[in-house]
Amino acid sequence: MTDSNASTNDAPIVSVRKVEKTFRRGGEEIRVLDALDLDVPKGEFLALMGPSGSGKTTLLNLIGGLDQPTGGSVVVAGEHIEDLSSRELADWRAENIGFVFQFYNLLPVLSAARNVELPLLLTSLSRAERKRHVAVALEAVGLSHRASHTPRTLSGGEQQRVGIARAIVTDPTLLLCDEPTGDLDRKSGDEILSLLQALNRDQGKTIIMVTHDPHASARAARTVHLEKGQLVSSVVAGAMA
Amino acid sequence: MNWLLQVLAITSFSMRTIPQRRGPSIAAVVGIAGVVAVLVGVLSIAAGFRAALTSKVGEDIAIVLRASADSESTSGLEREAVRVILDSPNIESASAELFSLINLPRRSTGTDSNVAIRGVSADASKVRGGITILEGRMFEPGRNEVIAGAGAARSFAKLNVGDSFRVGTNTWNVVGVFSSGGGSEESEVWTDAAILQSAYDRGDSYNSVLVRLPTPDAFDAFKDSLTGDPRLKVKVLRLSTYLADQGEMLTEFITGLGFAIASLMALGAVFGALNTMYSAVAGRTREIATLRALGFGASPIVLSVLAESLVLALIGGALGAGLAYAAFNGYQASTINWQTFSQIAFAFAVTPPLLVAAIVWAALMGLVGGFFPALRAANIPIANALREG
Repeated sequence: MTDSNASTNDAPIVSVRKVEKTFRRGGEEIRVLDALDLDVPKGEFLALMGPSGSGKTTLLNLIGGLDQPTGGSVVVAGEHIEDLSSRELADWRAENIGFVFQFYNLLPVLSAARNVELPLLLTSLSRAERKRHVAVALEAVGLSHRASHTPRTLSGGEQQRVGIARAIVTDPTLLLCDEPTGDLDRKSGDEILSLLQALNRDQGKTIIMVTHDPHASARAARTVHLEKGQLVSSVVAGAMA
Repeated sequence: MNWLLQVLAITSFSMRTIPQRRGPSIAAVVGIAGVVAVLVGVLSIAAGFRAALTSKVGEDIAIVLRASADSESTSGLEREAVRVILDSPNIESASAELFSLINLPRRSTGTDSNVAIRGVSADASKVRGGITILEGRMFEPGRNEVIAGAGAARSFAKLNVGDSFRVGTNTWNVVGVFSSGGGSEESEVWTDAAILQSAYDRGDSYNSVLVRLPTPDAFDAFKDSLTGDPRLKVKVLRLSTYLADQGEMLTEFITGLGFAIASLMALGAVFGALNTMYSAVAGRTREIATLRALGFGASPIVLSVLAESLVLALIGGALGAGLAYAAFNGYQASTINWQTFSQIAFAFAVTPPLLVAAIVWAALMGLVGGFFPALRAANIPIANALREG
């Protein structure tokens, strides 16, 4: 099926058309995404679900410019990112995408504040401005009091909050979350999901979240299901597609 | 600016993770330190040897040899030629000299080795300057007496004051030990030229004439006056140039040997550095992928890996150079000069240029060792690496 069930009427901020992705493994060609279409309107909180190997993380990576499609087009905020060079993609990611990873991916030698500051090193902000932005981001995730702590001294939930603060500190167009609660207990996971919901609701952040967990996807405004590289259903919260 | 900030930031992170990779990092540092210590050690032999030959020689001293000779041993000057040379204007002092080799037992092994014996004129000390009697007295002209250079006395038996030794039908009495402030004369035994002429049936010929000129600038005029004189077939060289040429074959060999050994060792050390940096990159795969995902460029990643490798190499280089300095600088040794076949006593010299060469050598090893791991770091597939443990 094609995705035509956007939850808002706005022009899509993400538009994926006829996207294909194949990998070669031991002489065998594996088709991970197969002519997939997806639109994500600005301000939507979308969950991508599906069994392992369905292609959901691959799709997230393509939208985030971490990988290039074998065919088709990926347009994010008006940019055809499949046409960008590796260097252009890096600059584009820095400007447009905030990533939240399953295993937080914080630099262990840096404090929470310095981890959050990382994406700002790619901007022209002064040191004082960077510090101010970091303080605002940490405040938004409720971790101002842990700014000087290194990841090792933080709980899993706290580390993921730092990860989210790092993702939002540059005010990106799009937040891409890959199993953000996959490494957390239920309580911490709920807190993270509430935080993501609040960012979507209060700050209008567009969020695409890959998850295995129906409990997590239930927090999203819409859930699309992938199987064998194809989109098989799109469910708006409270309705059936 | 932004790019530079990226480089500095990533380099700073990677440096701070070195303690987490203490084992391989120490191995790389020690490997490079070993190479540098050996390189500096071997090259300090060449530097010391060269210094022993040339360092104490002023530019105002000239040596006159037969035109076709390339060393004192192969040179010969008849009495008439020597008289013309000694009568040249603008000479401060001069010494007509004979040069030969005698065999004496080495103190360390008891086996015989060549020692240079030099017959000198009364002004020999004046020409060279800096000759001091350390023990005993100066030989008396007309007697079978010798004084031994401090280096020769240290290396050879029978050269203590009061000793005597036989060469051919002659017995020579050692009456003094002299110093020339570390110069090549300290490896020689000196006696009266006239006595040596008769002992070696040299008639009234000499091997060379050593001349002290009023100033170093007077050399060209002196040289021109002798080489332009139709009565003479001589070559005139500054003594420093002559001695440097005499030691060139050996210093070049030692230098070549030093670099050959160091190159082989460096190969091992580079593999050590490669291994260290590959493991550093492997250990930081997810971290590097995260930085790339956030938008950091590939080139700052490459430079950060190279910088880390360079820092480890420089630490190794400094350590090796320090060790070499402590172990080798001033170490007393002697070797045979391949052009005169006489023993030359010298001290290993770890000079500032050698230390600089050591650091450059270490830096090269670091850069080569870091290059391929840096490329690997830059080409990490971001999407897969983000999920690596």
